[in-house]
Amino acid sequence: MAARRRHAAPPGASGGDEHMSAVCLYFQVHQPRRLRRYPVFAIGKEHDYEDEAGNRKILDKVAEKCYLPANDILLDLIDRHGGEFRLSFSITGVLLDQLERFRPEVIVGFQALAGTGCVEFLNETYHHSLAFLYSGKEFRGQVDRHRRRIAELFGLEGETFRATELIYSDALAAAAADMGYRTILAEGATAVLGTRDPNRVYEAAGGGGIRVLPRNYRLSDDISFRFSRRDWEGHPLTAARYARWLHELQGPETVVSLFMDYETWGEHQWAESGIFSFLKALPGEILARSDFSFVTPREAALRQPAGELSVPEFRSWADTERDLTAWRGNALQRDALEALYGLEEAVAATGDRDLTEQWRRLQTSDHFYYMCAKGRADGDVHRYFNPYPSPYDAYINYMNILDDFSRRVGKEKRA
Amino acid sequence: MGKRILMFGWEFPPLVSGGLGTACHGITRALAELGHRLIFVMPHGEGLAAFPGLTIVSASAVLAASATARSIGPAAGEGRDPCPTRLFLHPYLTVRPPKDDAPIFREWPADSLLAHAGGYGVDLFAEVGRYARAGEILAARTSFDVIHGHDWMAVPACLAARRVSGRPFVLHVHSLEYDRSGEGLNDEIRAWERRGLEGADRVIAVSNYTKEMIVRHYGIAREKIAVAHNAVSAAEGRRVYRVPAADGEKRVLFLGRITYQKGPEYFVEAAARVLEEMPETVFIMAGSGDMMAEMVEKVAALKIGRRFHFTGFLQGRQVEEAFAAADLYVMPSVSEPFGLTPLEAMMYDVPVIVSRQSGVAEILKHAVKVDFWDVAALAEKMISILKYPPMAGELAARGREELRGLSWQTTARKIVAVYDSL
Repeated sequence: MAARRRHAAPPGASGGDEHMSAVCLYFQVHQPRRLRRYPVFAIGKEHDYEDEAGNRKILDKVAEKCYLPANDILLDLIDRHGGEFRLSFSITGVLLDQLERFRPEVIVGFQALAGTGCVEFLNETYHHSLAFLYSGKEFRGQVDRHRRRIAELFGLEGETFRATELIYSDALAAAAADMGYRTILAEGATAVLGTRDPNRVYEAAGGGGIRVLPRNYRLSDDISFRFSRRDWEGHPLTAARYARWLHELQGPETVVSLFMDYETWGEHQWAESGIFSFLKALPGEILARSDFSFVTPREAALRQPAGELSVPEFRSWADTERDLTAWRGNALQRDALEALYGLEEAVAATGDRDLTEQWRRLQTSDHFYYMCAKGRADGDVHRYFNPYPSPYDAYINYMNILDDFSRRVGKEKRA
Repeated sequence: MGKRILMFGWEFPPLVSGGLGTACHGITRALAELGHRLIFVMPHGEGLAAFPGLTIVSASAVLAASATARSIGPAAGEGRDPCPTRLFLHPYLTVRPPKDDAPIFREWPADSLLAHAGGYGVDLFAEVGRYARAGEILAARTSFDVIHGHDWMAVPACLAARRVSGRPFVLHVHSLEYDRSGEGLNDEIRAWERRGLEGADRVIAVSNYTKEMIVRHYGIAREKIAVAHNAVSAAEGRRVYRVPAADGEKRVLFLGRITYQKGPEYFVEAAARVLEEMPETVFIMAGSGDMMAEMVEKVAALKIGRRFHFTGFLQGRQVEEAFAAADLYVMPSVSEPFGLTPLEAMMYDVPVIVSRQSGVAEILKHAVKVDFWDVAALAEKMISILKYPPMAGELAARGREELRGLSWQTTARKIVAVYDSL
């Protein structure tokens, strides 16, 4: 790989009296390890739980359709704009493990992006889990492991934290601050912000000065959900038009945070929809106005906070409720989660690395998302991502596996 | 002298969704062994294996042949079914009104464990009507001594056959709409049951329990009703050998349609109580039905999902494996005219608990019996059988003995006595 020129810090990031308007891009990169169909009668006999062939197929598909082409385009854009185009990623440990084994060229692509100096890599729970809700110890362990892995792969010490599915609360912000993070991401919907401006940075209530970056959900979803929807008045969306919407938000200390799944580019929105042409043109259109720049979350946090933000209840970026109901809104999900986290001590007592890793893989939030039985529009989104024919099947299958797993833990503990 | 029997049944192995097909097989085989000859009419049924003395006729083949004005006799009945679209409809239509918090699917995806075998949503009554038309055609061109029909689905066909042939009609009752549905009875099914019970020359009930239900709900005279209990045959089981569980954990099995009639909620509630005392016990609910989603939710709400599992609809060898893996079989039916599954479980040396509201309880002198609603007693009995291997062993041994006394030939002789009384 040819050595790349590291680009200088962006204009406006050095902390003058007033900051120009900025756009903060962050892409979430994650693929779960989906479970295989595990029948009752496998309990006690078969201890492999994952749909390896299925996961591999999806990984290949997403790598070809999204990760590889999008990485190339982003690298190109950074070069073309001489360091003025900046962005951030959070890549889960669950995905990194899969990529390392099957598609290492995707990791090489991310490393090339890291090498430009224009990309920030965030930290989260290694296993894309809900551990914070059940075990502070487990949560810290997973974040710590992710931080180390990111540092090792990309040479960057994480300064910004984002929790699984943009879950956020005062307590979470405080925990992140306690672990040394200076910035944390959050959903910016009304459920979180009330009437406050989503295009500003806030200081977390009781969070030891940690800054909160709320997501501009409308503008984010215009790309990630609505880009190819023909019945949407914004369709067809051009980069110029979208940049105009952003420019209308110009103001001192403004940061428009566009947070979305990385898979938006080429997977959720197919290449045929023109999503890549849009991506290629977007930075140029935004930077066409000299009072606009790109910042990463770390850089955004240098701005003057618009005030203190207090969010006592858990919020997230999922569903219309923007809360935890996508993962623990029904009895199936709660039983599965409580049974899983109820094994924490027993798993620890085994001191067995494989069992511990297995337990953590079972924590990936997607397993519980598949058990969500919401109707209407949210239900459609859930079904799009669900490898099971119904949430009940997801629960039944998961609990079969958990029975087998708990027996292995029990046996190991006695041994 | 051997009788010629025109028999109308909805299921026959391997096309079975419940005990009816198994019972039809046992009954026809024993009748044939006693020297009687049978024509067994199914709605559809391509390539079913018959045995000497039994001819299987597909009603859809009869109708198709009749439509093309081609002659067809029972001898040709084993021919290929021209429209084998649906092998059988679920005869035990349940029509419980949906609850407010109804599950998210009206029809479950085919690959879901919650999908019903056989399938509702097709026009069962239209199918019953076509079946009757085929019965009428067949009866007009076949000679026989007696018409024998199983349950309400066969009633229109039997009455039509009786009308055109003048031969006597025996209605064999394996279950009633009262057993199946609790509240929310289907009026049309009940009406056919009444027409059948009143129009039949004699009635055979699978148990005294069912006989009394017929007397109470339909006002049929006791003298008109004979009781012929079901049985099991050695050939029906034991192709799979007992599989002892790993680590001495215990497995408790429920196997049947997950419907109101089978009392699945009592099994779930008792399981929760047993798990408090014996947390390593595994509970398996095998089958599917319109209460399955509700049962999954109940298990989750009781927080016992880690030890309580669902298999979905099982058939053939999977059923045998389920029995072979069980340490205890429970049939908590709310209303069970007979209940063959406990006998099948006993063939695998599995101790059984049956509800007193079942016909099979009449013939099992030594089985453990409980009232279906008495969850505390059920849990207590489950615990003692699971905890004390000598008790389980004793139950299995007595069960073996009781099974030896049961045979389809005994059932068949009682049926023949009814024929002779006509």
